[in-house]
Amino acid sequence: MSNWFPENVSTFGGDVDSIFWLIFYITTVWFFITEGLIVYFAFRYRRKPGGKAAYVLGDTTVQLAWILVPLAIVVVLDLVIDIRGAEVWAKIKGQPPPADVTVRAMGKQFNWGFTYPGPDGKFGTEDDLQIDNDLHVPVGKVVHVILTSKDVIHSFFLPHARLKQDVVPGREIPAWFQISKPGEYEIPCAELCGFGHSGMNGKLYAHSAEDYEKWHKERWPEGAQQTTTKG
Amino acid sequence: MSSETSHAPLGFWRSHVFSTDHKVIAKQYLSLGLFWALMGGATAYLIRWQIAHPDTEAPGWGFIAPDFYNMLVTMHGTIMVFFVAMPILLAAFGNFLIPLMIGAKDMAFPRLNMLSFWVFFLASVVLMTSFFVPGGAAAAGWTGYPPLSAKMEYTGVGWGMNLWLLALALEFASFLLGGVNFLTTAMNMRAPGLTWFRLPVVVWMQLTAAVIFMLSVGPLIAGAVMLLMDRIIGTTFFLPEGGGEPLLWQHLFWFFGHPEVYVILLPGLGIVLDVISVFSRKPVFAYRPIIYSTIIAGFMSFIVWAHHQFISGINPRLAMPFSITTIIISVPFAFVIFSMIATLWRASITFSAAMLFALGTLGVFIFGGITGIFNGSAPVDIYIHDTYFVVAHFHYTLFSSVFFGGFAGLYFWFPKMFGRMMNEALGKIHFWLTFVFFNSVFIPMHLVGLRGMMRRIANPMQYEFLKPLEPLNQFITLSAILLLLSQLFFVINFFMSLARGKAAERNPWQANTLEWTTTSPPPHENFSTTPTVHRGPYEYSSPESAEDWLPQDQPLNAPRAAAR
Amino acid sequence: MNADTATMSGATVPPGKTGTWWFLASEIPVFGGLIASYIVVRLGSAGWGEASGHLSFTLALINTFLLLTSSMTVVMAHAASEESNYRSVAKFLGLTILLGLGFLGVKAVEYTTEIAHGFTPASGIFWSFYYGMTGLHGLHVLAGIIVNVVLWIGALKGSLAQNRHRVELAGLYWHFVDIVWIFLFPLLYLA
Repeated sequence: MSNWFPENVSTFGGDVDSIFWLIFYITTVWFFITEGLIVYFAFRYRRKPGGKAAYVLGDTTVQLAWILVPLAIVVVLDLVIDIRGAEVWAKIKGQPPPADVTVRAMGKQFNWGFTYPGPDGKFGTEDDLQIDNDLHVPVGKVVHVILTSKDVIHSFFLPHARLKQDVVPGREIPAWFQISKPGEYEIPCAELCGFGHSGMNGKLYAHSAEDYEKWHKERWPEGAQQTTTKG
Repeated sequence: MSSETSHAPLGFWRSHVFSTDHKVIAKQYLSLGLFWALMGGATAYLIRWQIAHPDTEAPGWGFIAPDFYNMLVTMHGTIMVFFVAMPILLAAFGNFLIPLMIGAKDMAFPRLNMLSFWVFFLASVVLMTSFFVPGGAAAAGWTGYPPLSAKMEYTGVGWGMNLWLLALALEFASFLLGGVNFLTTAMNMRAPGLTWFRLPVVVWMQLTAAVIFMLSVGPLIAGAVMLLMDRIIGTTFFLPEGGGEPLLWQHLFWFFGHPEVYVILLPGLGIVLDVISVFSRKPVFAYRPIIYSTIIAGFMSFIVWAHHQFISGINPRLAMPFSITTIIISVPFAFVIFSMIATLWRASITFSAAMLFALGTLGVFIFGGITGIFNGSAPVDIYIHDTYFVVAHFHYTLFSSVFFGGFAGLYFWFPKMFGRMMNEALGKIHFWLTFVFFNSVFIPMHLVGLRGMMRRIANPMQYEFLKPLEPLNQFITLSAILLLLSQLFFVINFFMSLARGKAAERNPWQANTLEWTTTSPPPHENFSTTPTVHRGPYEYSSPESAEDWLPQDQPLNAPRAAAR
Repeated sequence: MNADTATMSGATVPPGKTGTWWFLASEIPVFGGLIASYIVVRLGSAGWGEASGHLSFTLALINTFLLLTSSMTVVMAHAASEESNYRSVAKFLGLTILLGLGFLGVKAVEYTTEIAHGFTPASGIFWSFYYGMTGLHGLHVLAGIIVNVVLWIGALKGSLAQNRHRVELAGLYWHFVDIVWIFLFPLLYLA
């Protein structure tokens, strides 16, 4: 089953998956208990000739305890899920680690427009590079993405990183990730954005250190090669 | 405000079309709701065809262009939530049952009731019209997020979306008026002896749903007015270029949207509890705590809404509070579910068609409630938001209430509504086919979502990482077609029984509640004399009676042999 | 076992009043939603003081006075209906209607002046809220006027006698419309 998910290649993707599995194991037990009881009771207490139902109101302490004790267990498990989940949420959506690389991503009908700051590390300067749909990052480095939209709400979705963030016009929303394995990964749009929503897709190129240097040199032949930039 | 009824016979139009009789109005809502269910099913067929066989001709229709596809998913959601679930579960069952179950002649405001239906009818006409205007019908999702929905050039849809907003506003008005009627009727017109805690759960659920609806829909009405103004007169409530805020719509929508799902859920649960009790010959387990849990859940439904917006751009610090409230709201519902299961313990169960559907509702809803835990956890939602996992989740929770619960209610109350019995064998076949095919559509859909397939995309084959899903999506589509075709068993049974079903007696199920004390169908004004209630609705297998049932209006110390 | 013989129906609150209160309860979130949105969006913005400075405080003050007075006249209409004094009912309902029409008239003057100065609904977020909130409120005032006119005609013709409780119910709705204005006035004109 774990092979069913897209391969996780980000540093926090495993944390997301671990909360998924925690919930999965807890809820699977409840599923079999409750559904099992329904099926069992349906068979065991089917109408038989001469049989009679018991006049049970569920108004005594003992009877209610059968409901309230499982309920208390549900509450405790719910809290466990929330507390473990809060840590993971804070890691991904809270204060990010310092950026090694920063890129701006603009969602528009129907492409991702990426802006690279170039060797000077600043946006809005001459060495900025704008490419549609291709996001090049180095493996093993923290990448900050500043998300905006040109027109409607889109959603920046990196399935292989377990990252998703809606992009909203009029706002700049930060996101970050760190990829641990070189490869090419898709960046679909995950919010209905018009007739071209289906097919709106970017490509994340996660390069090994050498390949990233090569890519950087090709783009900025004159500039000093830098892998650390300031946003 | 008494219903002045003339005892002179009314003509066809006054008794069948412009009637103030709650039973006629209920059937009008039911008919219109079932019509829209056909439309909703048709949109589902086309959606599933396009996903499984992208850019091929759907049999019976033709090619489905991307913008048409967006319109299909939008209208599927809008139709099912507002034009199927609400009219069938709330308006049809609520209208039919509430006066009968409380021993009243009719609703408190019969003419207002008639007006409510015709406003809903108008809403339906407006929505239907929106399909035929230039630019087509609304295509920004049933959630209608701006800016996509706020400017015509973003979707190419013009009047279609304006009419969509108008249809929704009319539908809201209709149900607001209906809610006023339900609540006033229940507060003022209960029969002597019918205290609040002697009401059937069905009535409690309808009333709670009415209150939730009435208090939650206001902000969305405000939002719809704002969106309409943005579209037509150039305001910029939701457009950042004019200083507006797209996320504002989301808050207004979901502040209503989340309570709305409980508005749809509760009537279904109420039907299930009553049906289970009757066919188990046992009282509902923990009746009063169930009522309290329901009311608590109703309150809590107002404080979970932003779990639909975890990654929407709201302040991430808001996520955990809403995650906590979301996970906690599962507790009152878990109470109700556990109590339903406990009602089966030491029961004496008859597996009528109605009972099968009631048990089916319970089983299916549990699965949906469980997947709700995944969605309610903010970090997991980062991955599964806007994927088919969410779609699978809400089909389990909503379909269980609307269709399994609705069918349970229809098979159970058909004799009372129409004076004839439905065919039980066909009903059972209908159940098993629906149950099997429903699960074969929606269980795999969870897997599709976990693979990462996004919602509302017309062609998953455009994405490398989704290509492995092709066989699964085709299986789902085939199952969906079979699920739709299985409903023929119901349609045939329904019309056949209307025409030639066995005449129904007053109380074919030997049930305790007041609607079963009058004829099937009840006459105009329901009861020849107002009943007096002496006990609660679930005195099944009571030691006070030799029979395994004891009607609410049975006089005390009647000359019957007591058990033991 | 007294509960069995006690009459549950015929509750102390007449159905029309219960119904009207439920209706008002559902209307409160409509304006509540609009007003909350206004407050939140305004607090999160750079400041709308400049835009709201273009509104006429004087005209709004007059409108506030007109609506408050009309709430008083509708109470007097209600009192007259309790005494079955239908001439008085007609008089006070008539005054309420005139004051309501006056309110709408002043709003019309405001709108035309503002639009003539170039402040249309498309002029930015403050104006979106201004026209949206006062427009929706104005429609509710108009609906209230129509209801009052129907009752006024009934009072003149004498047919109101069978349904005189409706004057109180109309009054409840009118007070609601007045209270909404009491919120809109400071939020739009004073802040």
